[in-house]
Amino acid sequence: MRVLMFGWEFPPHISGGLGTASYGLTKGMATFGDLEVIFVVPKAWGDEDQSIVKLIGANQVPVAYKKVHYQGFKRPIEKIEIESKIVPYTDPEDFWRMTRSEVSGYKLMVHTNNSGMVDFSGRYDRNLMDEIYKYSVVASVIASENDFDIIHAHDWLAYPAGIAAMEASGKPLIIHVHATDFDRSGGNVNPDVYHIEKRGMDAASKIITVSNLTREIVINRYNIHPDKVETVYNAVEPVSFSGESIRLKGFDEKVVTFLGRITMQKGPEYFIEAANKVLKVMDNVRFVMAGSGDMMERMMRRAAALRITDRFHFTGFLKGHDVFTMLEMSDVYIMPSVSEPFGISPLEAMQSHVPVIISKQSGVSEILTHAVKTDFWDIDAMADAIYGILNYPDLARMIIKNGKEEVIRLKWDNSARHVRDIYYRVIENK
Amino acid sequence: MRSNGKKAICFYFQVHQPFRLKRYRFFDLGHDHYYYDDFSNESIMRKVAAKCYLPANKIILDLIEKHKGKFKVTFSITGIAINQFRLYAPEVLESFRNLAETGMVEFLAETNSHSLASLKSRSEFEHQVNLHKEMVKKYLGVEPTSFRNTELIYSDEIGSWVADMGYKAMLTEGAKHILGWKSPNFLYCNAMNPRLKVLLRNFVLSDDIAFRFSNKEWIAWPLTADKYAGWINKLAPSSELLNIFLDYETFGEHNWKESGIFDFLAHMPGAILKKTPFKFMTASEVADKLQPVSAMNIQNPISWADEERDITAWLGNELQAAALEKLYSLSRKVNRCDDDHLKKDWEYLQSSDHFYYMATKFFSDGAVHAYFNPYESPYDAFMNYMNVLSDFEIRLRRCFPDTAEQDQIFKLGTQVIEKDMVIEKQSEEIEKLKRKVSRIKPAVKPAVKKLTKASELIIEWNRSEKKAAEKSSATVKKRSGKTTSGKVIEEPVRKTKEKVPSKKISSTKKITAAKKTGTKAKVTRQKKSK
Repeated sequence: MRVLMFGWEFPPHISGGLGTASYGLTKGMATFGDLEVIFVVPKAWGDEDQSIVKLIGANQVPVAYKKVHYQGFKRPIEKIEIESKIVPYTDPEDFWRMTRSEVSGYKLMVHTNNSGMVDFSGRYDRNLMDEIYKYSVVASVIASENDFDIIHAHDWLAYPAGIAAMEASGKPLIIHVHATDFDRSGGNVNPDVYHIEKRGMDAASKIITVSNLTREIVINRYNIHPDKVETVYNAVEPVSFSGESIRLKGFDEKVVTFLGRITMQKGPEYFIEAANKVLKVMDNVRFVMAGSGDMMERMMRRAAALRITDRFHFTGFLKGHDVFTMLEMSDVYIMPSVSEPFGISPLEAMQSHVPVIISKQSGVSEILTHAVKTDFWDIDAMADAIYGILNYPDLARMIIKNGKEEVIRLKWDNSARHVRDIYYRVIENK
Repeated sequence: MRSNGKKAICFYFQVHQPFRLKRYRFFDLGHDHYYYDDFSNESIMRKVAAKCYLPANKIILDLIEKHKGKFKVTFSITGIAINQFRLYAPEVLESFRNLAETGMVEFLAETNSHSLASLKSRSEFEHQVNLHKEMVKKYLGVEPTSFRNTELIYSDEIGSWVADMGYKAMLTEGAKHILGWKSPNFLYCNAMNPRLKVLLRNFVLSDDIAFRFSNKEWIAWPLTADKYAGWINKLAPSSELLNIFLDYETFGEHNWKESGIFDFLAHMPGAILKKTPFKFMTASEVADKLQPVSAMNIQNPISWADEERDITAWLGNELQAAALEKLYSLSRKVNRCDDDHLKKDWEYLQSSDHFYYMATKFFSDGAVHAYFNPYESPYDAFMNYMNVLSDFEIRLRRCFPDTAEQDQIFKLGTQVIEKDMVIEKQSEEIEKLKRKVSRIKPAVKPAVKKLTKASELIIEWNRSEKKAAEKSSATVKKRSGKTTSGKVIEEPVRKTKEKVPSKKISSTKKITAAKKTGTKAKVTRQKKSK
């Protein structure tokens, strides 16, 4: 079976959860002999690992002077010269630089965040929509030039591409919901994005969600029939230390880490308040907020106002090896997300032998038992959990040991097998 | 108008370069104790020395020689700048010393590290001023008699501290909002201690040179020495004192050589002497020769920075307030510590520049702020500074642990030593008793079944030993709960027979260990009392 997959990013050029998840999944699929994946991204850099998939960059597809049979919901297109300007790999650091200096144009908006979404920092740029439609135009070209049995589109930026490919080829479409705009915006949904999402969900033969939390949102908020929506949990790649020696921390205090985009969805303010509470009762602890995002400056001012900045550190955006170092230094990992469709990062922390505290409003909490779960707004419970893990070594040891065992069982192979089942069912029903 | 005939013009130049911090990351905490960006510190110093300090000093030296006692200037050089000269540009220090030797140049006292201590702590402030006084004496060979605070920060209270330290004059900004209808062009005095004269900066005349000189949009551009002297002359009937206070970098660095700033500097004194009734005086001379017209009431600190002339450039947002508060919360500990490296870092970390970089008021004076700022954003500056400060605190704590913790360690230590002495005494006693017992034993050996006094003694001894052990462990639990509270105790304890691991030993363990060896002895004592 050949799968035409539309994604947004592919290793090594990934900026977050979506790239990690879609790569893990395709890698898992490669272990089954009967699946062949053609992976399409808006821009291929040429240095991607193509051993397991055939990777197509939309920026490499020559579309000029071709007649395109695509009656998009925007405007009929006769002929178009594509020069894809979608640059999904802008890292958050660059993104902030750009927003600050008010760079005009589409590049501004096509930053993808940890879950692979585009941030709509209140400034909605028509140009991004143009890029999405351009991607979908290329998709229909790719669909007509390749042979495949099923289409699989990851997240809303790729839905129009998936629909275009479906319309060009007549093959069934599966969409994979890694997040909805309800998660990203905290309820303040952008109608255009909602429209694209809804259209993708309606067009699809089957919808895969990354957790039941997301499944409920899809069913209730997008009015999708429950039978059409199925949850396939994400997994985690076994960590491979690159062999470089990891620097140990140079101080005695314990370290509590928040690692992720500093944005409303991730609940950074609850972390600060909990940290403040913990610091009132113990002082041999340091808190780290690693990452960058639109709320970082506000968070720094809050920490400063609480007078805890000598114990509450900001690192800015961390890349590659620094992430491992950060985890290695940590005694507690906390993810107080307000709305997290899944959340792979706690799994990575557990692999690095770090006890995790996660919010009940995260998809990953559905499958983890050896993690402390609190409501994202319950800063007392959070502070309590932090204090407990730091001060009762037996508790920490137990969580670490059982957590490690638990996380080893979460393999991409299992997720891929589940997706493969769905493929067969969809094709049979057709 | 008062007309005692004395009209003075006072030129004062500020010389300062901070030790800029390098990018210091969270991961470096506890590992890396060197905080400075040597490359940019050295290259900036070399650049400014070549473009400003050396050529401007040369011109001023020539002017002094040319005008034979009629041209005088005042400088203030921060201790940090002096240290940077010593490190990167000793020839600049030499040229300042040459200026000092002419006797026509006054050097002011200020805080050694261009710090904001005056806003936080009087004792730290005085300490720093004294440090600076020594630096000026040592490297420039003169003793300062007048004072300027960092960024001309001034309030009645700060002024009174300065007066108490014996300085005769202090310089500050002639801020509109504190002057009201008054003119800055007279000598004033401190409201709390009138012995301290206050010189107010004429910001119009000063900024004409500092900010507007190379601005071609400015209606008065190009500014020539004659034109400037003409303006000054117009002020003469209603003024006694004109204070032109500038950053020294105005010459050659903020205004490039190409703008003609050096020509202006070279011709301005001649023009003023020729065309106006003003005489050049240094700050202390002004204080000696002129009469103050009134006291100046300034409750809230003012400075020469930005449009607001207040302290919000360094203390205007939460970040700055938190960082400054944290910094000075360490001062007591630093003062009790005698590590030279720590003291140096302490000095350099106090520079007001670090706080200036954290300013968020980008809208009104962003251009000036951006010009001096090595960081991309105030948040960046804050992160970096707090990381450095955290590492500094870690070092400070290593060199000088918390007093509470230390007291506790000391208490526990003495307790253990006391216990040791008791143990020693009692084990001696045990030995004695044992010997006694063994002496009795052979005598009763033939009659085993009969309970002798000695065997009775042994049995009871065993029994009470158990009881005592229980008792002692209970008391220890109680005490350890009170005293240790999970803290790390690192005091090596001598004399105990148990080896004490250097880290994380709970005192419970230690004391029970001590007690166990001691129980036997205790038993004998109990027995005796029975």
